[in-house]
Amino acid sequence: MIKLENRWKYKRWIKSAMFFAMCLVVAACCLFPFYWAIVSSLRDGASLFSTEFFPSKITFDNYKYVFSDETFGYSFWNSAVIATLTSLLTLFICLLAAYPLARHRFPGRKRVLMIALSVTTLPHVAVLSGMYELINVLNIYNEKSALIMADMIITVPFTLWIMTNFINSIPKEIEEAAIMDGANKYTILTKVFLPILGPAIVTTGLLAFIAAWNEFLFALTFTNTNQARTVPVSLSLFSGASQHELPWGLIMAASVLVTLPLVMLVVIFQRRIISGLTAGSIKG
Amino acid sequence: MRCRKLETSKAKEKKTDLSNWFFLSPCLLVLILCAGWPLLRSIFFSFTNASIYNLNHADFIGMENFVSLARDRDWWKAVLNTFLIAGISVPLETIFGMIVALILHSNFKGRGIMRAVVLVPWTIPTIVSARIWGWMLNDSYGIINELLMKASIIDAPVAWMASNFLSIISMIVVEVWKTTPYMALLLLAGLQSMPQDCFEAAEVDGVPFRKTFVSIILPMMKPTIIVAVIFRALDAVRIFDLVYILSSGNNANATMSVFARRHLAEYQDVGFGSAAATALLFFIAFLSILYISFNKKKLNSLD
Repeated sequence: MIKLENRWKYKRWIKSAMFFAMCLVVAACCLFPFYWAIVSSLRDGASLFSTEFFPSKITFDNYKYVFSDETFGYSFWNSAVIATLTSLLTLFICLLAAYPLARHRFPGRKRVLMIALSVTTLPHVAVLSGMYELINVLNIYNEKSALIMADMIITVPFTLWIMTNFINSIPKEIEEAAIMDGANKYTILTKVFLPILGPAIVTTGLLAFIAAWNEFLFALTFTNTNQARTVPVSLSLFSGASQHELPWGLIMAASVLVTLPLVMLVVIFQRRIISGLTAGSIKG
Repeated sequence: MRCRKLETSKAKEKKTDLSNWFFLSPCLLVLILCAGWPLLRSIFFSFTNASIYNLNHADFIGMENFVSLARDRDWWKAVLNTFLIAGISVPLETIFGMIVALILHSNFKGRGIMRAVVLVPWTIPTIVSARIWGWMLNDSYGIINELLMKASIIDAPVAWMASNFLSIISMIVVEVWKTTPYMALLLLAGLQSMPQDCFEAAEVDGVPFRKTFVSIILPMMKPTIIVAVIFRALDAVRIFDLVYILSSGNNANATMSVFARRHLAEYQDVGFGSAAATALLFFIAFLSILYISFNKKKLNSLD
Protein backbone atom coordinates (compact mmCIF):
# COMPACT_ATOMS: atom_id res chain seq x y z
CA MET A 1 0.00 0.00 0.00
CA ILE A 2 2.72 2.45 1.05
CA LYS A 3 4.78 1.46 -1.90
CA LEU A 4 1.97 2.28 -4.28
CA GLU A 5 1.52 5.69 -2.78
CA ASN A 6 5.23 6.37 -3.11
CA ARG A 7 5.13 5.38 -6.70
CA TRP A 8 2.27 7.72 -7.36
CA LYS A 9 4.11 10.58 -5.67
CA TYR A 10 7.22 9.74 -7.62
CA LYS A 11 5.30 9.84 -10.89
CA ARG A 12 3.77 13.18 -10.07
CA TRP A 13 7.17 14.55 -9.14
CA ILE A 14 8.61 13.47 -12.49
CA LYS A 15 5.70 15.02 -14.29
CA SER A 16 6.14 18.42 -12.69
CA ALA A 17 9.92 18.26 -13.16
CA MET A 18 9.41 17.64 -16.85
CA PHE A 19 6.95 20.49 -17.07
CA PHE A 20 9.39 22.78 -15.31
CA ALA A 21 12.19 21.73 -17.66
CA MET A 22 9.99 22.48 -20.65
CA CYS A 23 9.21 25.95 -19.29
CA LEU A 24 12.93 26.56 -18.86
CA VAL A 25 13.69 25.51 -22.43
CA VAL A 26 10.95 27.74 -23.85
CA ALA A 27 12.07 30.69 -21.73
CA ALA A 28 15.70 30.18 -22.74
CA CYS A 29 14.79 30.09 -26.43
CA CYS A 30 12.73 33.26 -26.11
CA LEU A 31 15.19 35.27 -24.09
CA PHE A 32 18.63 34.13 -25.19
CA PRO A 33 18.98 36.26 -28.35
CA PHE A 34 18.04 39.42 -26.49
CA TYR A 35 20.34 38.47 -23.62
CA TRP A 36 23.15 37.90 -26.11
CA ALA A 37 22.52 41.33 -27.65
CA ILE A 38 22.84 42.94 -24.22
CA VAL A 39 26.02 41.01 -23.42
CA SER A 40 27.57 41.90 -26.78
CA SER A 41 26.65 45.56 -26.38
CA LEU A 42 28.56 45.70 -23.08
CA ARG A 43 31.78 44.39 -24.62
CA ASP A 44 34.34 46.27 -26.60
CA GLY A 45 37.18 45.60 -28.99
CA ALA A 46 38.55 42.13 -28.95
CA SER A 47 36.34 40.82 -26.14
CA LEU A 48 33.33 41.27 -28.46
CA PHE A 49 34.42 38.13 -30.21
CA SER A 50 34.63 36.04 -27.07
CA THR A 51 31.83 33.55 -26.68
CA GLU A 52 31.72 33.41 -22.88
CA PHE A 53 28.19 33.58 -21.56
CA PHE A 54 28.92 36.24 -18.97
CA PRO A 55 30.99 39.31 -19.74
CA SER A 56 34.07 39.53 -17.53
CA LYS A 57 34.59 43.22 -18.14
CA ILE A 58 31.72 45.60 -18.75
CA THR A 59 32.05 48.86 -20.66
CA PHE A 60 29.40 51.32 -21.69
CA ASP A 61 31.46 52.75 -24.56
CA ASN A 62 29.05 51.46 -27.20
CA TYR A 63 26.13 53.19 -25.50
CA LYS A 64 28.11 56.42 -25.10
CA TYR A 65 28.88 56.32 -28.79
CA VAL A 66 25.27 55.66 -29.79
CA PHE A 67 24.05 58.54 -27.62
CA SER A 68 26.61 60.93 -29.05
CA ASP A 69 25.68 59.92 -32.58
CA GLU A 70 23.48 62.61 -34.11
CA THR A 71 21.78 60.34 -36.64
CA PHE A 72 20.56 58.00 -33.97
CA GLY A 73 19.19 60.89 -31.92
CA TYR A 74 17.22 62.16 -34.90
CA SER A 75 15.79 58.77 -35.74
CA PHE A 76 14.81 58.07 -32.14
CA TRP A 77 12.91 61.37 -32.06
CA ASN A 78 11.30 60.70 -35.46
CA SER A 79 10.15 57.24 -34.44
CA ALA A 80 8.72 58.53 -31.17
CA VAL A 81 6.79 61.35 -32.87
CA ILE A 82 5.52 59.20 -35.73
CA ALA A 83 4.46 56.31 -33.52
CA THR A 84 2.71 58.59 -31.00
CA LEU A 85 0.83 60.65 -33.58
CA THR A 86 -0.11 57.59 -35.61
CA SER A 87 -1.57 55.81 -32.62
CA LEU A 88 -3.48 58.89 -31.39
CA LEU A 89 -4.92 59.62 -34.82
CA THR A 90 -5.80 55.97 -35.35
CA LEU A 91 -7.56 55.80 -32.00
CA PHE A 92 -9.61 58.92 -32.75
CA ILE A 93 -10.68 57.76 -36.20
CA CYS A 94 -11.46 54.22 -35.14
CA LEU A 95 -13.38 55.18 -32.00
CA LEU A 96 -15.69 57.31 -34.11
CA ALA A 97 -16.17 54.57 -36.68
CA ALA A 98 -16.41 51.59 -34.35
CA TYR A 99 -19.37 52.97 -32.43
CA PRO A 100 -21.93 52.84 -35.27
CA LEU A 101 -20.37 49.64 -36.61
CA ALA A 102 -20.85 47.85 -33.32
CA ARG A 103 -24.21 49.31 -32.35
CA HIS A 104 -26.28 49.84 -35.46
CA ARG A 105 -27.30 47.40 -38.14
CA PHE A 106 -27.38 49.60 -41.22
CA PRO A 107 -26.90 48.68 -44.87
CA GLY A 108 -23.23 48.75 -45.83
CA ARG A 109 -22.04 48.03 -42.29
CA LYS A 110 -20.74 44.58 -43.10
CA ARG A 111 -19.13 45.83 -46.27
CA VAL A 112 -17.09 48.39 -44.31
CA LEU A 113 -15.87 45.72 -41.89
CA MET A 114 -14.98 43.40 -44.76
CA ILE A 115 -13.07 46.15 -46.57
CA ALA A 116 -11.10 46.86 -43.40
CA LEU A 117 -10.36 43.17 -43.04
CA SER A 118 -9.17 42.81 -46.62
CA VAL A 119 -6.84 45.78 -46.14
CA THR A 120 -5.12 43.84 -43.34
CA THR A 121 -4.29 41.10 -45.83
CA LEU A 122 -2.70 43.45 -48.40
CA PRO A 123 1.00 42.96 -49.00
CA HIS A 124 2.41 46.41 -48.28
CA VAL A 125 4.67 46.32 -51.28
CA ALA A 126 1.53 46.27 -53.46
CA VAL A 127 0.62 49.84 -52.48
CA LEU A 128 4.19 51.09 -52.58
CA SER A 129 4.31 52.77 -55.98
CA GLY A 130 0.83 54.29 -55.69
CA MET A 131 1.72 55.58 -52.25
CA TYR A 132 4.96 57.02 -53.57
CA GLU A 133 3.02 58.93 -56.22
CA LEU A 134 0.48 60.18 -53.68
CA ILE A 135 3.22 61.36 -51.34
CA ASN A 136 4.87 63.26 -54.17
CA VAL A 137 1.60 64.85 -55.22
CA LEU A 138 1.01 65.99 -51.63
CA ASN A 139 4.63 67.12 -51.56
CA ILE A 140 5.42 65.41 -48.26
CA TYR A 141 8.26 63.08 -49.35
CA ASN A 142 10.84 62.72 -46.57
CA GLU A 143 8.40 64.21 -44.03
CA LYS A 144 6.96 62.63 -40.91
CA SER A 145 3.42 63.16 -42.21
CA ALA A 146 4.14 60.84 -45.14
CA LEU A 147 5.07 58.01 -42.80
CA ILE A 148 2.10 58.68 -40.52
CA MET A 149 -0.20 58.46 -43.53
CA ALA A 150 1.41 55.24 -44.73
CA ASP A 151 1.37 53.66 -41.25
CA MET A 152 -2.38 54.20 -41.06
CA ILE A 153 -2.84 51.42 -43.61
CA ILE A 154 -1.47 49.07 -41.00
CA THR A 155 -2.98 50.49 -37.81
CA VAL A 156 -6.49 51.59 -38.83
CA PRO A 157 -7.95 48.26 -40.03
CA PHE A 158 -6.94 46.16 -37.05
CA THR A 159 -7.80 48.88 -34.53
CA LEU A 160 -11.22 49.20 -36.15
CA TRP A 161 -11.83 45.47 -35.76
CA ILE A 162 -10.67 45.27 -32.18
CA MET A 163 -12.65 48.38 -31.20
CA THR A 164 -15.81 47.14 -32.90
CA ASN A 165 -15.53 43.84 -31.05
CA PHE A 166 -14.91 45.55 -27.72
CA ILE A 167 -17.92 47.84 -28.11
CA ASN A 168 -20.00 44.88 -29.23
CA SER A 169 -19.20 43.16 -25.93
CA ILE A 170 -20.51 46.06 -23.83
CA PRO A 171 -24.07 45.32 -22.70
CA LYS A 172 -26.64 47.29 -24.66
CA GLU A 173 -28.59 48.12 -21.50
CA ILE A 174 -26.02 50.70 -20.47
CA GLU A 175 -26.57 52.61 -23.66
CA GLU A 176 -30.33 52.23 -23.51
CA ALA A 177 -30.36 53.66 -20.01
CA ALA A 178 -28.42 56.67 -21.27
CA ILE A 179 -30.85 57.14 -24.15
CA MET A 180 -33.79 56.96 -21.73
CA ASP A 181 -32.12 59.70 -19.73
CA GLY A 182 -32.07 61.83 -22.85
CA ALA A 183 -28.41 61.61 -23.79
CA ASN A 184 -27.50 62.21 -27.43
CA LYS A 185 -24.98 60.25 -29.49
CA TYR A 186 -22.09 62.52 -28.65
CA THR A 187 -22.77 62.34 -24.92
CA ILE A 188 -23.10 58.57 -25.12
CA LEU A 189 -19.74 58.30 -26.84
CA THR A 190 -17.85 60.62 -24.49
CA LYS A 191 -19.60 60.05 -21.15
CA VAL A 192 -20.65 56.42 -21.38
CA PHE A 193 -18.36 54.61 -23.76
CA LEU A 194 -15.03 56.32 -23.25
CA PRO A 195 -14.77 55.47 -19.54
CA ILE A 196 -15.76 51.84 -20.14
CA LEU A 197 -13.47 51.60 -23.13
CA GLY A 198 -10.42 52.81 -21.20
CA PRO A 199 -8.68 49.42 -21.15
CA ALA A 200 -9.49 48.79 -24.82
CA ILE A 201 -8.08 52.18 -25.75
CA VAL A 202 -4.86 51.44 -23.88
CA THR A 203 -4.56 48.07 -25.61
CA THR A 204 -5.22 49.19 -29.16
CA GLY A 205 -3.18 52.35 -28.67
CA LEU A 206 -0.20 50.26 -27.57
CA LEU A 207 -0.59 47.85 -30.49
CA ALA A 208 -0.78 50.74 -32.95
CA PHE A 209 2.24 52.38 -31.32
CA ILE A 210 4.28 49.18 -31.57
CA ALA A 211 3.23 48.62 -35.19
CA ALA A 212 4.22 52.16 -36.18
CA TRP A 213 7.47 52.00 -34.19
CA ASN A 214 8.49 48.79 -35.96
CA GLU A 215 7.34 49.69 -39.47
CA PHE A 216 10.20 49.36 -41.94
CA LEU A 217 9.19 49.12 -45.61
CA PHE A 218 7.46 52.51 -45.89
CA ALA A 219 10.03 54.27 -43.72
CA LEU A 220 12.82 52.86 -45.87
CA THR A 221 11.17 53.92 -49.12
CA PHE A 222 9.75 57.31 -48.24
CA THR A 223 12.75 58.90 -46.53
CA ASN A 224 16.21 59.62 -47.83
CA THR A 225 18.06 61.76 -45.30
CA ASN A 226 19.52 60.97 -41.89
CA GLN A 227 17.35 63.68 -40.36
CA ALA A 228 14.13 62.06 -41.55
CA ARG A 229 14.79 58.35 -40.95
CA THR A 230 13.17 56.24 -38.26
CA VAL A 231 14.98 53.91 -35.90
CA PRO A 232 14.52 50.65 -37.84
CA VAL A 233 15.84 52.27 -41.02
CA SER A 234 18.86 53.80 -39.30
CA LEU A 235 19.57 50.48 -37.70
CA SER A 236 19.44 48.73 -41.06
CA LEU A 237 21.84 51.27 -42.56
CA PHE A 238 24.25 51.25 -39.63
CA SER A 239 27.53 50.15 -41.10
CA GLY A 240 31.20 50.52 -40.40
CA ALA A 241 34.11 51.52 -42.57
CA SER A 242 33.52 48.59 -44.87
CA GLN A 243 30.66 46.22 -45.52
CA HIS A 244 32.64 43.33 -44.06
CA GLU A 245 33.49 44.97 -40.78
CA LEU A 246 30.17 45.84 -39.25
CA PRO A 247 30.46 47.56 -35.85
CA TRP A 248 28.56 44.78 -34.08
CA GLY A 249 29.00 46.23 -30.58
CA LEU A 250 27.38 49.49 -31.65
CA ILE A 251 24.62 47.77 -33.56
CA MET A 252 23.80 45.65 -30.53
CA ALA A 253 23.79 48.70 -28.23
CA ALA A 254 21.42 50.54 -30.58
CA SER A 255 19.25 47.41 -30.86
CA VAL A 256 18.94 47.15 -27.09
CA LEU A 257 18.05 50.84 -26.79
CA VAL A 258 15.35 50.54 -29.45
CA THR A 259 13.84 47.45 -27.89
CA LEU A 260 13.94 48.31 -24.18
CA PRO A 261 10.99 50.77 -24.24
CA LEU A 262 8.87 48.19 -26.04
CA VAL A 263 9.84 45.33 -23.75
CA MET A 264 9.02 47.49 -20.74
CA LEU A 265 5.63 48.41 -22.18
CA VAL A 266 4.86 44.79 -22.92
CA VAL A 267 5.89 43.55 -19.48
CA ILE A 268 3.78 46.22 -17.77
CA PHE A 269 0.73 45.87 -20.03
CA GLN A 270 1.15 42.15 -20.74
CA ARG A 271 -2.44 41.24 -19.95
CA ARG A 272 -3.93 44.08 -21.98
CA ILE A 273 -1.79 43.37 -25.01
CA ILE A 274 -2.60 39.69 -25.00
CA SER A 275 -6.32 40.38 -24.78
CA GLY A 276 -6.03 42.87 -27.64
CA LEU A 277 -4.05 40.54 -29.84
CA THR A 278 -6.52 37.75 -29.43
CA ALA A 279 -9.88 39.41 -28.76
CA GLY A 280 -10.10 41.38 -31.95
CA SER A 281 -9.81 40.26 -35.47
CA ILE A 282 -8.59 36.80 -35.59
CA LYS A 283 -10.34 34.56 -33.18
CA GLY A 284 -11.94 31.60 -34.92
CA MET B 1 -52.47 58.89 -36.43
CA ARG B 2 -50.87 55.51 -36.78
CA CYS B 3 -49.59 56.41 -40.19
CA ARG B 4 -47.93 59.58 -38.97
CA LYS B 5 -46.16 57.76 -36.20
CA LEU B 6 -44.70 55.37 -38.70
CA GLU B 7 -43.51 58.19 -40.86
CA THR B 8 -41.63 59.96 -38.09
CA SER B 9 -39.91 56.74 -37.07
CA LYS B 10 -38.84 56.27 -40.66
CA ALA B 11 -37.47 59.78 -40.80
CA LYS B 12 -35.61 59.15 -37.59
CA GLU B 13 -34.11 56.00 -39.02
CA LYS B 14 -32.87 57.94 -41.99
CA LYS B 15 -31.31 60.50 -39.69
CA THR B 16 -29.41 57.87 -37.69
CA ASP B 17 -28.34 56.35 -40.96
CA LEU B 18 -26.79 59.62 -42.04
CA SER B 19 -25.10 60.20 -38.70
CA ASN B 20 -23.68 56.67 -38.89
CA TRP B 21 -21.92 57.55 -42.13
CA PHE B 22 -20.80 60.83 -40.64
CA PHE B 23 -19.03 58.97 -37.82
CA LEU B 24 -17.58 56.51 -40.31
CA SER B 25 -16.31 59.09 -42.80
CA PRO B 26 -12.79 59.74 -41.41
CA CYS B 27 -12.13 56.01 -41.29
CA LEU B 28 -13.45 55.48 -44.81
CA LEU B 29 -11.39 58.40 -46.05
CA VAL B 30 -8.23 56.82 -44.63
CA LEU B 31 -9.07 53.41 -46.09
CA ILE B 32 -9.75 54.89 -49.53
CA LEU B 33 -6.94 57.44 -49.60
CA CYS B 34 -4.16 55.36 -47.99
CA ALA B 35 -5.08 51.89 -49.22
CA GLY B 36 -7.62 51.85 -52.05
CA TRP B 37 -6.27 54.59 -54.27
CA PRO B 38 -2.56 53.65 -54.00
CA LEU B 39 -3.46 50.02 -54.64
CA LEU B 40 -5.34 50.89 -57.84
CA ARG B 41 -2.51 53.17 -58.98
CA SER B 42 0.06 50.43 -58.34
CA ILE B 43 -1.95 47.97 -60.39
CA PHE B 44 -2.24 50.61 -63.12
CA PHE B 45 1.53 51.24 -63.08
CA SER B 46 2.17 47.56 -63.61
CA PHE B 47 0.78 47.96 -67.15
CA THR B 48 3.04 50.93 -67.94
CA ASN B 49 6.71 51.63 -68.41
CA ALA B 50 6.77 54.12 -65.53
CA SER B 51 10.07 54.88 -63.85
CA ILE B 52 10.63 57.01 -60.78
CA TYR B 53 11.33 60.04 -62.96
CA ASN B 54 8.38 59.88 -65.32
CA LEU B 55 5.51 58.71 -63.16
CA ASN B 56 3.14 61.15 -64.85
CA HIS B 57 4.12 60.48 -68.43
CA ALA B 58 4.21 56.72 -68.34
CA ASP B 59 3.10 54.91 -71.48
CA PHE B 60 0.69 52.05 -71.42
CA ILE B 61 2.52 48.93 -72.56
CA GLY B 62 -0.04 46.23 -71.89
CA MET B 63 1.17 42.92 -70.50
CA GLU B 64 4.83 43.50 -71.34
CA ASN B 65 5.96 43.78 -67.71
CA PHE B 66 4.22 40.57 -66.81
CA VAL B 67 5.73 38.77 -69.80
CA SER B 68 9.24 39.78 -68.79
CA LEU B 69 8.41 38.92 -65.20
CA ALA B 70 7.45 35.41 -66.28
CA ARG B 71 10.79 35.14 -68.11
CA ASP B 72 12.80 36.47 -65.16
CA ARG B 73 14.62 33.61 -63.42
CA ASP B 74 15.28 35.72 -60.31
CA TRP B 75 11.54 36.25 -59.95
CA TRP B 76 10.76 32.54 -60.00
CA LYS B 77 13.57 32.03 -57.52
CA ALA B 78 11.92 34.65 -55.28
CA VAL B 79 8.56 32.88 -55.65
CA LEU B 80 10.15 29.58 -54.68
CA ASN B 81 11.98 31.13 -51.71
CA THR B 82 8.80 32.78 -50.48
CA PHE B 83 6.79 29.58 -50.56
CA LEU B 84 9.64 27.60 -49.00
CA ILE B 85 9.88 30.04 -46.11
CA ALA B 86 6.11 30.26 -45.62
CA GLY B 87 5.49 26.56 -46.22
CA ILE B 88 8.05 25.41 -43.67
CA SER B 89 7.81 28.10 -41.03
CA VAL B 90 4.01 28.18 -40.64
CA PRO B 91 3.65 24.44 -39.77
CA LEU B 92 6.63 24.68 -37.38
CA GLU B 93 5.10 27.75 -35.75
CA THR B 94 1.79 25.96 -35.34
CA ILE B 95 3.44 23.01 -33.58
CA PHE B 96 5.64 25.12 -31.31
CA GLY B 97 2.80 27.58 -30.77
CA MET B 98 0.56 24.75 -29.63
CA ILE B 99 3.18 23.55 -27.15
CA VAL B 100 3.65 27.05 -25.76
CA ALA B 101 -0.12 27.62 -25.62
CA LEU B 102 -0.61 24.39 -23.65
CA ILE B 103 2.11 25.46 -21.22
CA LEU B 104 0.52 28.88 -20.76
CA HIS B 105 -2.91 27.34 -20.35
CA SER B 106 -1.97 25.06 -17.47
CA ASN B 107 -2.13 26.29 -13.94
CA PHE B 108 1.21 26.91 -12.28
CA LYS B 109 3.07 29.49 -10.26
CA GLY B 110 4.82 32.05 -12.43
CA ARG B 111 2.38 31.79 -15.31
CA GLY B 112 2.29 35.59 -15.58
CA ILE B 113 6.07 35.79 -15.86
CA MET B 114 6.06 33.02 -18.44
CA ARG B 115 3.50 34.89 -20.51
CA ALA B 116 5.62 38.05 -20.49
CA VAL B 117 8.73 36.03 -21.37
CA VAL B 118 7.02 34.39 -24.32
CA LEU B 119 5.93 37.78 -25.64
CA VAL B 120 9.52 39.08 -25.84
CA PRO B 121 10.40 37.75 -29.33
CA TRP B 122 7.18 39.25 -30.69
CA THR B 123 7.97 42.64 -29.12
CA ILE B 124 11.45 42.99 -30.55
CA PRO B 125 11.25 44.98 -33.80
CA THR B 126 11.85 42.74 -36.81
CA ILE B 127 14.84 44.77 -37.90
CA VAL B 128 16.38 44.35 -34.46
CA SER B 129 15.79 40.59 -34.45
CA ALA B 130 17.29 40.36 -37.91
CA ARG B 131 20.35 42.25 -36.68
CA ILE B 132 20.69 40.19 -33.51
CA TRP B 133 20.36 36.89 -35.38
CA GLY B 134 22.69 38.15 -38.08
CA TRP B 135 25.27 38.64 -35.35
CA MET B 136 24.55 35.30 -33.71
CA LEU B 137 24.85 33.57 -37.09
CA ASN B 138 28.04 35.40 -38.01
CA ASP B 139 30.37 32.87 -39.63
CA SER B 140 33.56 33.74 -37.75
CA TYR B 141 32.39 35.09 -34.39
CA GLY B 142 28.81 33.95 -34.06
CA ILE B 143 27.58 32.21 -30.94
CA ILE B 144 25.52 29.68 -32.92
CA ASN B 145 28.56 28.18 -34.60
CA GLU B 146 30.35 28.11 -31.27
CA LEU B 147 27.48 26.31 -29.52
CA LEU B 148 27.06 23.80 -32.34
CA MET B 149 30.79 23.10 -32.33
CA LYS B 150 30.83 22.63 -28.56
CA ALA B 151 27.97 20.16 -28.92
CA SER B 152 30.01 18.49 -31.71
CA ILE B 153 27.14 18.79 -34.16
CA ILE B 154 29.44 20.52 -36.63
CA ASP B 155 33.23 20.50 -36.59
CA ALA B 156 33.98 23.66 -38.53
CA PRO B 157 32.24 27.04 -38.53
CA VAL B 158 29.39 27.24 -41.03
CA ALA B 159 28.88 30.29 -43.24
CA TRP B 160 25.12 30.55 -42.67
CA MET B 161 24.47 33.33 -45.13
CA ALA B 162 26.79 32.18 -47.89
CA SER B 163 24.73 29.52 -49.61
CA ASN B 164 21.17 29.92 -50.74
CA PHE B 165 20.00 26.77 -48.98
CA LEU B 166 21.57 27.62 -45.61
CA SER B 167 20.39 31.22 -45.68
CA ILE B 168 16.80 30.13 -46.32
CA ILE B 169 17.08 27.76 -43.36
CA SER B 170 18.43 30.57 -41.20
CA MET B 171 15.58 32.84 -42.25
CA ILE B 172 13.07 30.14 -41.37
CA VAL B 173 14.65 29.71 -37.93
CA VAL B 174 14.47 33.44 -37.23
CA GLU B 175 10.94 33.71 -38.60
CA VAL B 176 9.75 30.81 -36.45
CA TRP B 177 11.45 32.28 -33.39
CA LYS B 178 9.84 35.64 -34.00
CA THR B 179 6.28 34.61 -34.78
CA THR B 180 5.69 31.57 -32.56
CA PRO B 181 4.57 33.81 -29.65
CA TYR B 182 1.80 35.30 -31.75
CA MET B 183 0.65 31.88 -32.88
CA ALA B 184 0.75 30.70 -29.27
CA LEU B 185 -1.46 33.57 -28.18
CA LEU B 186 -4.02 32.90 -30.91
CA LEU B 187 -4.14 29.23 -29.94
CA LEU B 188 -4.25 30.11 -26.24
CA ALA B 189 -7.34 32.23 -26.87
CA GLY B 190 -8.91 29.18 -28.53
CA LEU B 191 -7.98 26.94 -25.59
CA GLN B 192 -9.47 29.38 -23.13
CA SER B 193 -12.75 29.63 -24.99
CA MET B 194 -13.22 25.85 -24.79
CA PRO B 195 -15.46 24.55 -21.98
CA GLN B 196 -12.95 23.82 -19.24
CA ASP B 197 -14.92 20.96 -17.68
CA CYS B 198 -13.89 18.72 -20.60
CA PHE B 199 -10.28 18.96 -19.44
CA GLU B 200 -11.23 18.42 -15.83
CA ALA B 201 -13.40 15.42 -16.59
CA ALA B 202 -10.64 13.82 -18.63
CA GLU B 203 -8.13 14.47 -15.88
CA VAL B 204 -10.36 13.03 -13.18
CA ASP B 205 -10.93 9.93 -15.28
CA GLY B 206 -7.18 9.51 -15.56
CA VAL B 207 -7.10 9.80 -19.36
CA PRO B 208 -3.48 10.24 -20.46
CA PHE B 209 -2.79 13.72 -21.76
CA ARG B 210 -1.83 12.49 -25.21
CA LYS B 211 -5.26 11.02 -25.65
CA THR B 212 -7.05 14.10 -24.32
CA PHE B 213 -5.08 16.18 -26.78
CA VAL B 214 -5.82 14.07 -29.84
CA SER B 215 -9.47 13.32 -29.21
CA ILE B 216 -10.72 16.40 -27.34
CA ILE B 217 -8.45 19.41 -27.77
CA LEU B 218 -7.51 19.06 -31.43
CA PRO B 219 -11.04 18.55 -32.81
CA MET B 220 -12.45 21.39 -30.73
CA MET B 221 -9.59 23.69 -31.67
CA LYS B 222 -9.85 22.99 -35.38
CA PRO B 223 -11.56 26.26 -36.40
CA THR B 224 -9.11 28.34 -34.34
CA ILE B 225 -6.14 26.50 -35.80
CA ILE B 226 -7.37 26.93 -39.38
CA VAL B 227 -7.93 30.67 -39.02
CA ALA B 228 -4.61 31.16 -37.22
CA VAL B 229 -2.72 29.20 -39.89
CA ILE B 230 -4.30 31.15 -42.76
CA PHE B 231 -3.61 34.42 -40.99
CA ARG B 232 0.02 33.55 -40.37
CA ALA B 233 0.45 32.19 -43.90
CA LEU B 234 -0.79 35.51 -45.30
CA ASP B 235 1.79 37.28 -43.18
CA ALA B 236 4.59 34.88 -44.07
CA VAL B 237 4.05 35.15 -47.82
CA ARG B 238 4.54 38.92 -47.77
CA ILE B 239 7.67 38.67 -45.55
CA PHE B 240 9.99 41.61 -46.17
CA ASP B 241 11.97 43.10 -43.26
CA LEU B 242 13.78 39.97 -42.15
CA VAL B 243 14.77 38.86 -45.62
CA TYR B 244 15.83 42.36 -46.64
CA ILE B 245 18.30 42.54 -43.76
CA LEU B 246 19.53 38.95 -43.73
CA SER B 247 19.95 38.60 -47.50
CA SER B 248 21.83 41.94 -47.58
CA GLY B 249 21.35 42.68 -51.25
CA ASN B 250 21.76 39.13 -52.48
CA ASN B 251 19.29 38.44 -55.27
CA ALA B 252 19.44 34.67 -54.93
CA ASN B 253 17.63 34.52 -51.60
CA ALA B 254 15.16 37.36 -52.03
CA THR B 255 11.42 36.84 -51.50
CA MET B 256 8.64 38.28 -53.67
CA SER B 257 8.27 41.44 -51.56
CA VAL B 258 12.01 42.05 -51.53
CA PHE B 259 12.22 41.45 -55.29
CA ALA B 260 9.39 43.91 -55.98
CA ARG B 261 10.74 46.62 -53.73
CA ARG B 262 14.24 46.21 -55.18
CA HIS B 263 13.01 46.84 -58.71
CA LEU B 264 10.73 49.66 -57.59
CA ALA B 265 13.11 51.65 -55.46
CA GLU B 266 16.66 50.56 -56.21
CA TYR B 267 16.46 49.94 -59.94
CA GLN B 268 13.74 52.64 -60.16
CA ASP B 269 11.72 50.58 -62.61
CA VAL B 270 8.30 51.39 -61.19
CA GLY B 271 6.39 49.59 -63.94
CA PHE B 272 8.22 46.28 -63.56
CA GLY B 273 8.33 46.50 -59.76
CA SER B 274 4.60 47.19 -59.62
CA ALA B 275 4.02 44.20 -61.87
CA ALA B 276 5.93 42.02 -59.39
CA ALA B 277 3.92 43.48 -56.49
CA THR B 278 0.66 42.88 -58.38
CA ALA B 279 1.73 39.30 -59.06
CA LEU B 280 2.32 38.84 -55.33
CA LEU B 281 -1.17 40.19 -54.74
CA PHE B 282 -2.48 37.63 -57.18
CA PHE B 283 -0.56 34.81 -55.45
CA ILE B 284 -2.10 35.57 -52.06
CA ALA B 285 -5.59 36.42 -53.34
CA PHE B 286 -6.69 32.85 -52.68
CA LEU B 287 -5.43 32.97 -49.10
CA SER B 288 -7.06 36.38 -48.50
CA ILE B 289 -10.41 35.24 -49.82
CA LEU B 290 -10.24 32.17 -47.62
CA TYR B 291 -9.36 34.27 -44.59
CA ILE B 292 -12.07 36.84 -45.26
CA SER B 293 -14.76 34.23 -45.82
CA PHE B 294 -13.90 32.54 -42.51
CA ASN B 295 -14.27 35.85 -40.72
CA LYS B 296 -17.44 36.65 -42.62
CA LYS B 297 -19.01 33.51 -41.24
CA LYS B 298 -18.12 34.71 -37.77
CA LEU B 299 -19.53 38.14 -38.49
CA ASN B 300 -22.79 36.65 -39.72
CA SER B 301 -23.09 34.50 -36.63
CA LEU B 302 -22.78 37.62 -34.47
CA ASP B 303 -25.92 39.25 -35.84
